[in-house]
Amino acid sequence: MTDKIKKATRHTNQNEGLIFEKSLPGKRAFELPPLDVPAADPAKALGAHHRKEGVEGFPEVSEIEVIRHFTRLSTWNYAIDLGMYPLGSCTMKYNPRVNEFVARLEGLATEHPYQPNELSQGCLKILQLLEKCLLEITGMDAVTLQPAAGAQGELVGLLLIRAHHTKNGNPRKKVLIPDSAHGTNPATAVIAGYEVENIKSESHGQVDVAKLRDQVTPDVAALMVTNPSTLGIFEQRIPEIADILHSKGALLYMDGANMNALTGITRPGDLGVDVMHLNLHKTFSTPHGGGGPGAGPVAMKKILEPYRPIPILLEKENGRLVREFNRPDSIGKVKAFGGNFGVLVRALAYILAYGPGVRQATEDAVLNANYIRKRLEGTFDLPYSLPSMHEVVFSDALQKKNGVNTMDIAKRLIDYGFHPYTTAFPLIVPGALMIEPTESESREECDLFIDAMRSIAEEVAQTPELVKTAPHTTRVRRLDETAAARKPILRWKPAEPRSKAAD
Amino acid sequence: MAYPTNYRYTKEHEWVSLQGDIATIGITDYAQHELGDVVFAEVPKAGAKIEAGKTFGTVESVKAVSDIYAPASGEVTEANALLQNTPEKINADPHGEGWLIKIKLSNPAEVGSLMDAAAYEAYIASQAKEASA
Amino acid sequence: MRYLPKSPAERQEMLATIGAATIDDLFASIPQRYRLREALKLPGPFSESEVIDFFKARAAENSLGHTSFLGAGVYNHLRSVVTDAIIQRGEFLTSYTPYQAEITQGTLQAIFEFQTLMCQLTGQEVANASMYDGSTAATEAVLMAERVTGRSRVLVARSVHPEYREVLNTYARNSGLLVEELPYAANGTLDHQALHAALKNDVAAVLVQSPNFFGVLEPLAPLAVMAHGHGALLAVAITEAVSLGLVSPPVEADIVAMEAQSFGLAPSYGGPFAGVVAAKEKFVRQMPGRLAGQTVDAAGNRGFVLTLATREQHIRREKATSNICTNQALCALAATVHLTLLGKEGLREMAQQNLSKAQFALAELEKVPGVRRAFDAPFFNEFTVELPRSVKLVNAYLLRDKIVGPFVLGQLYPELTKHALVCVTETTPRSEIERFAASLRRALEQPL
Repeated sequence: MTDKIKKATRHTNQNEGLIFEKSLPGKRAFELPPLDVPAADPAKALGAHHRKEGVEGFPEVSEIEVIRHFTRLSTWNYAIDLGMYPLGSCTMKYNPRVNEFVARLEGLATEHPYQPNELSQGCLKILQLLEKCLLEITGMDAVTLQPAAGAQGELVGLLLIRAHHTKNGNPRKKVLIPDSAHGTNPATAVIAGYEVENIKSESHGQVDVAKLRDQVTPDVAALMVTNPSTLGIFEQRIPEIADILHSKGALLYMDGANMNALTGITRPGDLGVDVMHLNLHKTFSTPHGGGGPGAGPVAMKKILEPYRPIPILLEKENGRLVREFNRPDSIGKVKAFGGNFGVLVRALAYILAYGPGVRQATEDAVLNANYIRKRLEGTFDLPYSLPSMHEVVFSDALQKKNGVNTMDIAKRLIDYGFHPYTTAFPLIVPGALMIEPTESESREECDLFIDAMRSIAEEVAQTPELVKTAPHTTRVRRLDETAAARKPILRWKPAEPRSKAAD
Repeated sequence: MAYPTNYRYTKEHEWVSLQGDIATIGITDYAQHELGDVVFAEVPKAGAKIEAGKTFGTVESVKAVSDIYAPASGEVTEANALLQNTPEKINADPHGEGWLIKIKLSNPAEVGSLMDAAAYEAYIASQAKEASA
Repeated sequence: MRYLPKSPAERQEMLATIGAATIDDLFASIPQRYRLREALKLPGPFSESEVIDFFKARAAENSLGHTSFLGAGVYNHLRSVVTDAIIQRGEFLTSYTPYQAEITQGTLQAIFEFQTLMCQLTGQEVANASMYDGSTAATEAVLMAERVTGRSRVLVARSVHPEYREVLNTYARNSGLLVEELPYAANGTLDHQALHAALKNDVAAVLVQSPNFFGVLEPLAPLAVMAHGHGALLAVAITEAVSLGLVSPPVEADIVAMEAQSFGLAPSYGGPFAGVVAAKEKFVRQMPGRLAGQTVDAAGNRGFVLTLATREQHIRREKATSNICTNQALCALAATVHLTLLGKEGLREMAQQNLSKAQFALAELEKVPGVRRAFDAPFFNEFTVELPRSVKLVNAYLLRDKIVGPFVLGQLYPELTKHALVCVTETTPRSEIERFAASLRRALEQPL
């Protein structure tokens, strides 16, 4: 086994309890400079609001314990800095370190959103340049940088659509969503006040244009499409789809999660898309950080521009940038204090590093995906034969015969030093293995991945039990998720003092 | 597990058992097996009215949520108190201790049109065939 | 390009393996007429030093060299360099959402510790792994109350942060939620009589903020009694979390929506921050956002997993409790590290310094002729003063002394024409407070 696994693995052995379990009264990790004004009497100043004791149970540890505690925890994580994440639709690419550096600059990290415009021209120029770049990349007319994540971007997109229809006299009732869509799409449509109507994909996993023609009634506000689809396949008839929708006064929303296949190659605006969101933490390299923060800007055609969240950025005659709040048709705000500025800075740094050459990132992403597809074809079942773009979807049909499914294979992949690919999505492929390598993977890493997957396929044929009971080399194995859901323990509590009766 | 012959069954995998005009409702062994370990069940309280064919609650496993459809209409007289702390009863004894609610039927004729045990067993056999095709 | 780990030779070999002649062949599925023939018109490419120079130049065009008295929902507090040393570790920074628990125990345990800290601070029983920010957390708290009670009317104090109310309205408009605003009383807290008059048995929640937007603390116990008496929930928003070092936790609340920016997150021109929803345990299945739960593995070792996932979008789809997919994991981690550094005593001391400096600042400002304290109620590190003339004009004068003056309340509360919201934290030196008072005195002496 050890000579088959060629990748570096994690240090799994040390134990590290909860920080509360190391806490002892009187230890301190941080000191403040001395108070330079008379000390106020909190009881007098706060009256009944006074919290007489410190926060009960709050940790009391030293600085080195904090450093060791979190350093040790970090060693239990897989990360892009360690190796590939073949996660489909997540676009786990390299997070450039210069992005971290510039986001932390004094004069950027320190700025207060309510400081006057004349003291914020640097920040506003950053926002303006990012807007211009995103418009150039998407082929759209206007953009909002306010949404805090992709899901919020989707909501803004749908609210813009709703505002447009309402202004035209009828908000309409339904949003059409393909059965291959990401879960945020229907969840968001409901929050935007629409009913969800599913539209089944045709035999190649694409939007069924004939069905679409029937399903687009005057009640339909929009179709939410992902392009490339969640199968990693380009929606070839998307201009036709746009026409059908537009002929009935409906709009086309594009989920931009898969922009990593399109940047520099084609532009959604040119394809007929009316509004779309981008995931800066996917296509534009901002770090996932264990689950956020992200940013989900929304780019749109002119017709939706008046409904943008406030404030919008305006350039005055003298070149000064201001934030304009007086926009009567705006949908309002979805988040306080503007967008996630720190994330926006990182995305702009990424774009500036590439410049017009950003196309090469897309080419390498598509090259990697197709290379993996070619070398794993035959080993794993390929349910849809149309060309893949930046991701490829296999199924576990061949392995099911030995009683092994995609979840098992994914867990066994961990033993080979990789993070699993996306399992069980999209829903239209039973037993899916959704693989997106991104352009950040070297040929060597791709080959290691391919070798690992082939080795696992052999294990499925020879020793399926080994795969079904994976992973074998991790710090914890087969965590009991059922118990966690039946009797949730969601916080640490100090041990109960023993009662006198028990003594 | 055998399907009790005196119960009636729906295509959505609920079962009904009658005692006079009080019907006990639960999900079948097939359903609990498909769901996996049940972690939570959400059912209406006594006094709530349910309508045949409409959803009246959910049963959750770690990774999935299943809507439960009312096999017949009526007013809930009792919800199974055991489900609160031991939802696993639905897995262990789906046709017995894992019952969900009892209702007073408003239209007893509705139950008659449901499948009997033989028809249900044939139905799930055909479902299994389709799945592996 | 330095982010692309392939040599030209490798690209050729890989194309050969695929059986494609050129890379363009791999884009054949995109109709020709939609394929770009020219490169995008983007600035760059920039080397690393050029990227840095660009942003340094932008940083120089902002507020460096000024002292600020702004709070109003975003606060300047001390941040330890230890926090960055941790969150910049690649295993935290570049790690994915912890769906694969076996290889993300670091993130999951840190989230569990965050949830614990939030419960300890707020006196609530469960807390989630964070939401986008305080404003969306407050909105989610209201939507949660709607789900729990089955009612759709919400009473919101006008003394809740105006941007929080705007965000709530944006979400409410599309969901059939009826939001009504309640006035504040003479002392700046929620008008209890107005609340009493508005409370009927159709209210899902009463939403207040404490300390509120004017800096004043709301007495929560009577509000809870009133709300509960009508079957409504009490939701409390907190924008200045450091207050919890010295202010009683809102145990009377059913749901708390807190902004954690004060705990180690830079103001960063508005984000990213981290909101938290904390509540009573009985409401946990209606809570939005991720939750990390403790469990054991096959060998009996303690471990952590994301749990109660069936509430979330990827399973419920259209029936989800929220459409949130991301949380603010790295920000929550920063807050966790920051709070473990501060610890019990450090947080208390920080809160004490804030309280003391604010009291000192108020005393200094009250010495300036024409400056009057508004809203006579206990406050933490923000307070409202009334000036004898337009705050905007005064602030323009202060700017010349490189002072960013207090928030102009009149722009969001038209009835508070000459009122200013002053914020002082432990980062404001005494000398700057004195300089501010002196500059204000001169500003008010200027001819109109």
